[in-house]
Amino acid sequence: MRLTLQVWRQPGPASAGEFVRYDAPDITEHMSFLEMLDVVNDRLIREGKEPIAFDHDCREGICGACGMMINGVAHGPSKGTATCQLHMRSFSDGDEIWIEPWRATAFPVVRDLVVNRSALDRIIASGGFISAPTGAAQDGNAIPIAKQDADESMDAAACIGCGACVAACPNGSASLFTGAKITHLGLLPQGQPERYRRALKMVAQMDLEHFGSCTLFGECQEACPKDISIDVISRMNRDFLVAAVKEREERSVAGAG
Amino acid sequence: MRWVLTLYRSTIGKKVIMAVTGLIGVGFVLAHMVGNLQVFIGADKLNSYGAMLHGPLNELVWAQRVVLIGAVLLHVLMAWQLTRLSKAARPVAYGRKVPQVSTLASRTMRWGGVLLLVFIVLHILHFTAEKFDPAGWAGRLDAAGHRDTYGNIVASFHIWWVALFYIVAMAFLGLHLFHGAWSSVRTLGFAKPSPNPLHRQVALAVAVIVWLGFTLVPLGVVVGLVK
Repeated sequence: MRLTLQVWRQPGPASAGEFVRYDAPDITEHMSFLEMLDVVNDRLIREGKEPIAFDHDCREGICGACGMMINGVAHGPSKGTATCQLHMRSFSDGDEIWIEPWRATAFPVVRDLVVNRSALDRIIASGGFISAPTGAAQDGNAIPIAKQDADESMDAAACIGCGACVAACPNGSASLFTGAKITHLGLLPQGQPERYRRALKMVAQMDLEHFGSCTLFGECQEACPKDISIDVISRMNRDFLVAAVKEREERSVAGAG
Repeated sequence: MRWVLTLYRSTIGKKVIMAVTGLIGVGFVLAHMVGNLQVFIGADKLNSYGAMLHGPLNELVWAQRVVLIGAVLLHVLMAWQLTRLSKAARPVAYGRKVPQVSTLASRTMRWGGVLLLVFIVLHILHFTAEKFDPAGWAGRLDAAGHRDTYGNIVASFHIWWVALFYIVAMAFLGLHLFHGAWSSVRTLGFAKPSPNPLHRQVALAVAVIVWLGFTLVPLGVVVGLVK
């Protein structure tokens, strides 16, 4: 296949960027999207030019490293896949493909298609965990979990933190991401002790990172490579509302050890 | 009461305020619509209904107005703040961005909302304050000595641009409700997990009922059903 690419090139975080046109004459439909970029980069390097920088790691859709806006759609036209799992057979010979990085205040461009997604890490660090006592793990069967809860929790836990939800959201909101984490932990018994504090802290951090607010466009759900449902946003809001009402001062005066 | 501040300071809390004030609005427009439809029963019915609202029910109406004005002000203030936050969240626009599943209704919430605000002000000036008076009907009374709202309706909607403005505004109200009646419930966290979370039959019904119910009045005048 012969393709024309319009790729966002930006040398660094502070520099201006622009779309640059590249010819890709030697692409086969069996290549993944990232392999297609590898081929283009190979030629750029041989020509002594700077290759296109893009994030990638596992290339099997589970790490969340890759991700770019492809023809105006996060992760491209194939639903429920990350960019690495998108194959060139989704395109036709002669196509022009526009490629640009996730755009959000919270995701500053590092270079070309690479953005800094540490904001998502900081949301996790603010409360997306459980505090478990050390020692031997107890028998898993000793903690009964309803099938439906386990299923919903696992669906939310599938989030790979790629940031496509933020990228696709017209408001640049991280509600699907944060909601997924809150749902994943909030449905399991292990997540209960910190459930409401978690909702408060993670939502506060999400706001601090300058993500926009959710207006339920639904674009995030469509963009998510793991098909995470906007139901998680309702659950986040519910937990946050209950948490805001139940909130009490943390007591740490000469307390329990 | 710290929770009020916690809510006000967070984007979710602001959305919750929008959802609650929006649902108050939904309740109001449904009641208002039913009141309006009396126009099809006749002039006496509608004008005496108006006289009842401004007479024996006056205090109740004022209490409701206070709630509604508060709700509209909060709704607009929160929309303003959240829109600014959202614009700031993506200062650099995409070169290409193709909406996938977002509805026209959801994408017109902001500008449609501005149009509805303009409509609300003009509409109150038109039929309540009678200061905006395109038909020259202000202060006219009917045979029973009631304010002749019926006559004002018929005369006003015979003016093409007044009818058009009302009909267009009501189309936007329908769109606003199609998204708002659904999303407010989700924002408040009441929605149960669903295999198709974007489906919204109830909101569709509310939007169609409100849109039709309000549009029938100017349309009825235009086609000569109400005269």
